[in-house]
Amino acid sequence: MATIKKLKAVKKNPNHLLGIQDISFPDVNKILSEAKTFIKLNRSSSKKSDLLRGKTQINLFFEPSTRTQSSFELAGKRLGADVMSMNIVNSAIKKGETLIDTAMTLNAMHPDIIVIRHGDSGAPNLLSQKVNCSVINAGDGRREHPTQALLDALTIINRKGKVEGLKIAICGDILHSRVARSNIYLMNMLGAEVNVVAPKTLLPHSIEKLGVKVFNDMKKGLDKCDIVMMLRLQNERMHGSFLPSPREYYEYFGLTQDKLLAAKKDALIMHPGPMNRGVEIDTNLADDINRSVIREQVELGVAVRMACLKIYCKKI
Amino acid sequence: MKEQYLINARIINPVNDTDEIGGLIIDDQGKIKASGKKVTKQNISTNAEKIDLQGKIVIPGLVDMRVFVGEPGFEYKENFRTLSEAAIAGGVTSAVLMPNTHPVIDNVSMVDFLKRRGRDKSKINIFPTASLTKNTNGIEMTEFGLLMKKGIVAFTDGIKTVQNPQVMARIMNYASQCNSLVMQHPEDAFLSEGGLINEGEISTRLGLKGIPYLAEKIIVERDLSFLEEYKCRYHIAQVSSKKTIEVIRKAKHDEKIFTAGVSINNLSLNENDIGDFKTFLKLSPPLRTEDDRMSLVNSINDGTIDVIVSDHKPEDEESKRLTFSQATAGATGIETLLPLALNLFHNKSVKLNKLIASLTSNPAKVLKINKGTLNNGSDADLCVLDINKPFIVEKNLLKSKSKNTPIENKKLQGKVLKTYIKGKMVFDNN
Repeated sequence: MATIKKLKAVKKNPNHLLGIQDISFPDVNKILSEAKTFIKLNRSSSKKSDLLRGKTQINLFFEPSTRTQSSFELAGKRLGADVMSMNIVNSAIKKGETLIDTAMTLNAMHPDIIVIRHGDSGAPNLLSQKVNCSVINAGDGRREHPTQALLDALTIINRKGKVEGLKIAICGDILHSRVARSNIYLMNMLGAEVNVVAPKTLLPHSIEKLGVKVFNDMKKGLDKCDIVMMLRLQNERMHGSFLPSPREYYEYFGLTQDKLLAAKKDALIMHPGPMNRGVEIDTNLADDINRSVIREQVELGVAVRMACLKIYCKKI
Repeated sequence: MKEQYLINARIINPVNDTDEIGGLIIDDQGKIKASGKKVTKQNISTNAEKIDLQGKIVIPGLVDMRVFVGEPGFEYKENFRTLSEAAIAGGVTSAVLMPNTHPVIDNVSMVDFLKRRGRDKSKINIFPTASLTKNTNGIEMTEFGLLMKKGIVAFTDGIKTVQNPQVMARIMNYASQCNSLVMQHPEDAFLSEGGLINEGEISTRLGLKGIPYLAEKIIVERDLSFLEEYKCRYHIAQVSSKKTIEVIRKAKHDEKIFTAGVSINNLSLNENDIGDFKTFLKLSPPLRTEDDRMSLVNSINDGTIDVIVSDHKPEDEESKRLTFSQATAGATGIETLLPLALNLFHNKSVKLNKLIASLTSNPAKVLKINKGTLNNGSDADLCVLDINKPFIVEKNLLKSKSKNTPIENKKLQGKVLKTYIKGKMVFDNN
C-alpha cells in the first residue's frame, strides 16, 4: 500500500473545507456517512429538509462551472438554506475589486457558508482568513477539489463496499488537475493503491512523493485495477505545447475497450466531467451502464455536498 | 568635526582579514586615521572626543548591492528618506540601486536626478546602476560610456534578464571595451513563464506553477560561455540553486574571472516557509529546497559566492494582499540584512570573517569602489554592533515605508548599535 507522507504544505484549519490535505480520516468518515443518509433523501419524492433553515449560503464562482455550481446550489436548497449564487461576470471583481475586498463585502452580509471556486491556487485559503463564516473549496487552480474526491469515494463505496485495498488508476492530465490531487490524497488516506497514468509532459514534478506509482503506459498502469478514473484534457493543451495532437493522445492515452482489458473485469470507469468523447474516452465506454458510473458520480455529488454544507455550517 | 576615538572595541577589518581588540581614530575630515590594537586609551590626544564601545564590534558599513527604491514612479513604496532610515538602522552605509523605476534609469538625465535626490534626501552613499538595455526591453543597449562618466557603477536590467543571446553577446563585448560591470539576473523567460515558486513537491502540493532550477542554470551557462569570448566584468546578481552553484564552482576552478551574489532570503529561508500561500515569501529567484539553501551557505564559506545582498524590494499592501499568483514578488530586507546574516554565524554555518567580507569588502571590490574597509585614509563608514543582543523582528518597527518583511516575528541575535557615515554618527540605537 502506498504510504501517505506526513509533509503538509498547508496547515490544517478545522473550520473550513479547503482541501483533503487539511482534513483528517475521522472528518472524511463523518462526511461520507452523513452523505449516505442524503442519498436516500435525494431519491425520495419529497427531497426537502430544513436542517439549514435560516442559514445563508453564498456561491462565489470565479470560473465557469455547470455541474459543481448547480450541485452546490441544489444541495443548499434541499437543506433549506437561502442560497445566493454570485455571477462574477457582472460583478465588481471585473471592475478591479480584489478578492479580499469582495470577501469583506460579503462578510458584512453575515453568510454562514461561502462556497468558492477560483482559478488561483490558495484563493479559498486567503478568503477563509478574512471572513467569519465557513469556507468550502469548490476547486482552486491546480490545487484541490475536495468535494469531487469525496463524491468519487462515495461512488466507489456505493459500488465496491469500500475503498481500502482497491487499486485505482488516475489517467490523463495530472499536471493541471486539482481533481487528481484531491483524489490522490483521499484514496491514499482511505487505504487504496493509487497509480497515475499520463504522458510525461502532463505529470507534475515529484508527483511520486504524493504516494503514487507513476506510469506512462496505459496497459501497465491499468493492470488489475478496480477503478479507472479518467481526467478531462483541455483543448488548449492538445496542440503542440504539451502533446502533438488529440489523435496521438487518444491512440496512447485514450480509454478504449482494448486498453481496459488490462484492468479487472469488473473495473469501474469514472470521469469528473465534462468529457471529451473520442479524446480521452471512447464514447461507447462512457455510456456503458455496466462499467461507467459517470452519472452516478453526479447524483452522489449532491449528497456529498449536502453533507459538507451541514457539517461545516455548524463549525462556526 | 573633532577627532573621535572609538576605544575598547573589537575591530574587524575584512580587507586585511584582521579581528583584534583595540580602537579606531576618525580624523577631523571624517576619514579613518588609524585602527586596530595599537589604538588604546593611552595614546588619546587630550582634545579628542572619546567613545568607549565596551567590547562591542566595529565593522565597515555594509555595502548592499541589490536595493530597490521607489523613486521615481513608486514613491508610495519607498522613497530615499525611508530607504536611508531603514539602511542605517541595519548598518548599511552604501546601497546600489536597481534601475527598475518608472521611468527606468537608462539615460544620463535620470542619473542626475537620482544623484541629486540621493544626496538631498538620504544619509547613505547612493550608487545608482543603469539598465543594460533601454527601458529594460532586452534589445537595445544603453550608453555605457556616457552613463559611467556620470557615475553609474554597474549595468543590469534588475528584475529582468537579457534573454536574447545575440544582444547579450554584444553587450558583453561592448562592456569589455568600456570596462563596465554587467550584472545579470539569471532566469530564462520561457522556462520560468507563469512560474510562482520552486518547481518540486511543494509546487505540486500547492498547485502553483513551478520555476525549474534549469531556468537559472541555463542562463548562467550561456553567459559564462560568452565570457570566454568577451572578457568583461561580469557578476551574477543572485543564485538560488545547487545546480547553478556547481556550474559556478567549476567555472571558478577553471579560472574564469567573474563574481556572484546571493540574497539573504535564499540563504536563510526555503520553500517550506511559504506555508499557507504567504505572499511575502513570493520572491525572485524563488526560495528553493533545504538542499539548495545548504549549498548556497557552503558556497559563502568556500568563496564560490562573493556577495550577500538584501534584495530589498518594498511592496505596498495592494501589491501583496492578493492571491499568490496575483501578488508581486519581493520582500524588504535592508534593515534586517545584517542580523539575519549573523544567524548563519550563530548557528555555525558560516565563519564570521567570511560573512562580514561578503557584506562589506567583497561587494566593494566587485564594484571597484573605495568602501567596505577600515584601512587608513578611507571614509569612516562604520557599523557598531552587539553580536549577541537578541530581538524579535516586528513589522511595524521597521523603518522602510513598506512592511513586506519575509521574517516577521523571527527571533534574531545581533543588533546594530551605531552607524557612522563619513565620520558622522547617523544612527544611534540607544
